[in-house]
Amino acid sequence: MEPTSEAELADLISSAKAPLCIRGGGTRLLGPIEGEVLETSGLQGISLYESGALTMVAGAGTTLDEIGAALKAENQRLAFEPPDLRDVLGTTGASTIGGVAASNASGSRRISVGACRDFMLGVRFVDGAGIVAKNGGRVMKNVTGYDLVKLMSGAFGTLGVLSEVSLKVMPKVEMQLCLRIEGLNAKQAVAAMSAALGSPFEVSGAAQALDGAVVLRLEGFDASVRYRADKLTQVLAGFGTVEMLDDQAQCDTLWRDIRDARGFTGSTGDLWRVSVKPSDAPELIDTLGAHAVLLDWGGGLMWVDMPKRADLRARMSVPGHATLMRSDDKGFEQVARFHPEAAPLAKISAELRARFDPKGILNPGLMGDVA
Amino acid sequence: MDMPRPDPIVLSRKSELVARLLTVLPQDAVIEDEMETRAYECDALTAYKCPPLLAVLPRSTAEVSDVLRICYDMNVPVVPRGSGTSLAGGALPTADCVILGVARMNDVLETDYTNRVIRVQSGRTNLSVSGAVAEEDFFYAPDPSSQLACAIAGNIAMNSGGAHCLKYGVTTNNLLGVTMVMMDGEIVEIGGAHLDSGGLDLLGIICGSEGQLGVVTEATLRILHKPEGARPVLVGFDSNEVAGACVSDIIQAGVLPVAIEFMDRRVTEVVENYAHAGYPLCEAVLIIEVEGSEAEIDAQLALIREIAERHNPIEFREAKDADEASRIWLGRKSAFGAMGQINDYMCLDGTIPVSSLPMVLRRIGELSKEYGLDVGNVFHAGDGNMHPLILFDANKDGDLELCEAMGAEILKLCVEAGGCLTGEHGVGIEKRDLMGYQYKPADLDAQMAVKDIFDPKWLLNPAKVFPLDVSDAKRSAQIAAE
Ligand SMILES: Cc1cc2nc3c(=O)[nH]c(=O)nc-3n(C[C@H](O)[C@H](O)[C@H](O)COP(=O)(O)OP(=O)(O)OC[C@H]3O[C@@H](n4cnc5c(N)ncnc54)[C@H](O)[C@@H]3O)c2cc1C
Ligand SMILES: Cc1cc2nc3c(=O)[nH]c(=O)nc-3n(C[C@H](O)[C@H](O)[C@H](O)COP(=O)(O)OP(=O)(O)OC[C@H]3O[C@@H](n4cnc5c(N)ncnc54)[C@H](O)[C@@H]3O)c2cc1C
Repeated sequence: MEPTSEAELADLISSAKAPLCIRGGGTRLLGPIEGEVLETSGLQGISLYESGALTMVAGAGTTLDEIGAALKAENQRLAFEPPDLRDVLGTTGASTIGGVAASNASGSRRISVGACRDFMLGVRFVDGAGIVAKNGGRVMKNVTGYDLVKLMSGAFGTLGVLSEVSLKVMPKVEMQLCLRIEGLNAKQAVAAMSAALGSPFEVSGAAQALDGAVVLRLEGFDASVRYRADKLTQVLAGFGTVEMLDDQAQCDTLWRDIRDARGFTGSTGDLWRVSVKPSDAPELIDTLGAHAVLLDWGGGLMWVDMPKRADLRARMSVPGHATLMRSDDKGFEQVARFHPEAAPLAKISAELRARFDPKGILNPGLMGDVA
Repeated sequence: MDMPRPDPIVLSRKSELVARLLTVLPQDAVIEDEMETRAYECDALTAYKCPPLLAVLPRSTAEVSDVLRICYDMNVPVVPRGSGTSLAGGALPTADCVILGVARMNDVLETDYTNRVIRVQSGRTNLSVSGAVAEEDFFYAPDPSSQLACAIAGNIAMNSGGAHCLKYGVTTNNLLGVTMVMMDGEIVEIGGAHLDSGGLDLLGIICGSEGQLGVVTEATLRILHKPEGARPVLVGFDSNEVAGACVSDIIQAGVLPVAIEFMDRRVTEVVENYAHAGYPLCEAVLIIEVEGSEAEIDAQLALIREIAERHNPIEFREAKDADEASRIWLGRKSAFGAMGQINDYMCLDGTIPVSSLPMVLRRIGELSKEYGLDVGNVFHAGDGNMHPLILFDANKDGDLELCEAMGAEILKLCVEAGGCLTGEHGVGIEKRDLMGYQYKPADLDAQMAVKDIFDPKWLLNPAKVFPLDVSDAKRSAQIAAE
């Protein structure tokens, strides 16, 4: 199924009697989801772009490539830098803005500017009964009624199929610099990243790459970035030698690899994405028995390469949540993809799904496991 | 303003309710005396008043849970209350309700500089959250002008913003977790010190739900290190259009000021008489603040000056020291108070795309003439969050109604310009009957579906957000079905 308008999408869903597998670019690896594929690629095109108001409205099936090209022409960007997981997940296709929104896909800048959901100004969607609704709008501040925009971003299509999203976009920065410290263990790395993020010097990325090096990103106007790099080098002096990288292409590649978890491309284990309080990460690493761990978000985001079928959650001794991002069909059958929720929350979530998807046809079984 | 007919059964069972509440709360936490309940009869939208049946002031999440369980059992409506500074009537009682005030729950539970979070009880005031982390030079970013008084509970319920939100975002962007009590007394934990949700984003829907989905008792908030310094400039223009265009150019240039505030001639005049801040008398005054080290500030201000000069400002005043900086902010900060001195006013909160600023300001001027009511504009220009202040005389018959009618016209205008009814104050009772301007029935149904799930009996903060007839029908139907 490939509707080319919101009305057609609504018709399709309202007459559907069997499960639908909702697909944007299909760049994810969902494991087996039963159901006829519903493609959103026909809901496409940028309908409004006001660079002076930092606003863009686009059909959910619009590709990130098209959005990126339009933004580039005005020297703007998506500040939440959605990851491109094709390499690491071994998928092909072109990510869509609807898929990004539905998965609240946020990159390394999450810690400074916010997640995808923080840049979503409005949505239009078709719920599981085929009813069209909108929420939010295209202005920067909006508290008119409940914020269903947040509910829809990160619902992975289980509450409705997005037909249109409106986004806050941001100006590109003049330049970036990276600081790099080698030879730290996870505990020292998180301490160094915390010191950097707890400084006034506006760090926009803080990660411990797979080679063990801590990398920090500074962005903005040239003089300001250089000033902050100097200051930060002093703050971090106690952690080791601070190396500065100012080759722009090199910095881009470095952060692309972190954002897209490229270091795990071709690795054979199950790949998990884990969100924890940064200072809990080192202790967790000690208990997981992982092949390798990449830390982003100052330690708050862990990409973990685990032995196949090892249930990471069973070894999770700290609060947070883990999503199984890559496994084989059997792995996805055995382990829930999304972190099972505590009973009271699972009940609310289940009721929300039953209400927004009364026929139970939108990506059934994808979410909703109970702890 | 129409309010629901008080439930006669609830009114008749007041003494039974008090007796049951006293089994779970100490004597001084249950307020039933009519003189004392009057303290809760309104919030900062003082045009509407109604004393509640009772007020309770619990001290812990467990006490809140006990209170809600009893109210749920007896079908008593509950209106949560922080500090009562809502400008939308969000905390206005109904005659048959229990006001559940969280003002006594104001402890700091945990400060964690390593992970940059603070956990507080929800009755703590916004400014005292920043106060609690000032020793380490940290702060909590969202800064409503009411921050000395308003509580985190109210901030979460309204998803409040403030002047510095242009850079740091509003409450929802700085909220990481809550402890919340559902109407039936169940305690739930949502989010925490980690980022984002592993399932549906329930935290996102609770923030901004105006006290209708649950009572928030604790919150985990993101804290940040203070910038090295900050400095404002004042720029005067002889037309609103030009000031609007300047705002748009600054934003597009990639400078990220922490604040861009706008005041029109009417407000500037009133403020000058009141606070003598030394503002130029012109059509539009912008106050723009940037942050960083001295050198960074200089560089950003140089860029802003360059952009502003393309628009021929009549004045560009840079603060040379702390005293001048505070004088630049003085006028803006006293704007509401100054306007209040000359008359009663109603403060609107519609938000528009920045590009529509000149058109909307012009239309507001025309409406002011049509209705014969004076209007001043002072607002957060960087994100298009308007605050037209309509002046009226509460003692003059019909003036309030005229003011409401004109307010409705302005809000309709904001929606037509591609904006919304409210950018940070919330819907409350004030805008509930205007929701149809912005949303179709199906859009509102989707929101009410969420309410049905969190609060099936529609007991929490009744008669707010959604048009009265709709919410009334929901409540009676649910209770009758029991
Ligand atoms: C289980 C899982 C968890 C993920 N978690 C994260 C994460 O936490 N952070 C992150 O950065 N990236 C995450 N991703 C990756 C993210 O989905 C991709 O980076 C990319 O954004 C997907 O774009 P796409 O167009 O290819 O979408 P697809 O891969 O086609 O779809 C992604 C998800 O969104 C749904 N979807 C697609 N289009 C729509 C629409 N129009 N309306 C409603 N639902 C739609 C799909 O059903 C699917 O659940 C996750 C992917 C999966 C499969
Ligand atoms: C002079 C002045 C200036 C202002 N400036 C700004 C501004 O710059 N930006 C801005 O956004 N707002 C501003 N406001 C509006 C107001 O201060 C905010 O809406 C504030 O967040 C309300 O907080 P409060 O604690 O006073 O809440 P209250 O007025 O007590 O309640 C507000 C809402 O929150 C709900 N609520 C209260 N406690 C709870 C709880 N524990 N659980 C669930 N729901 C609860 C109430 O039911 C009600 O719906 C201003 C108000 C005034 C009077």
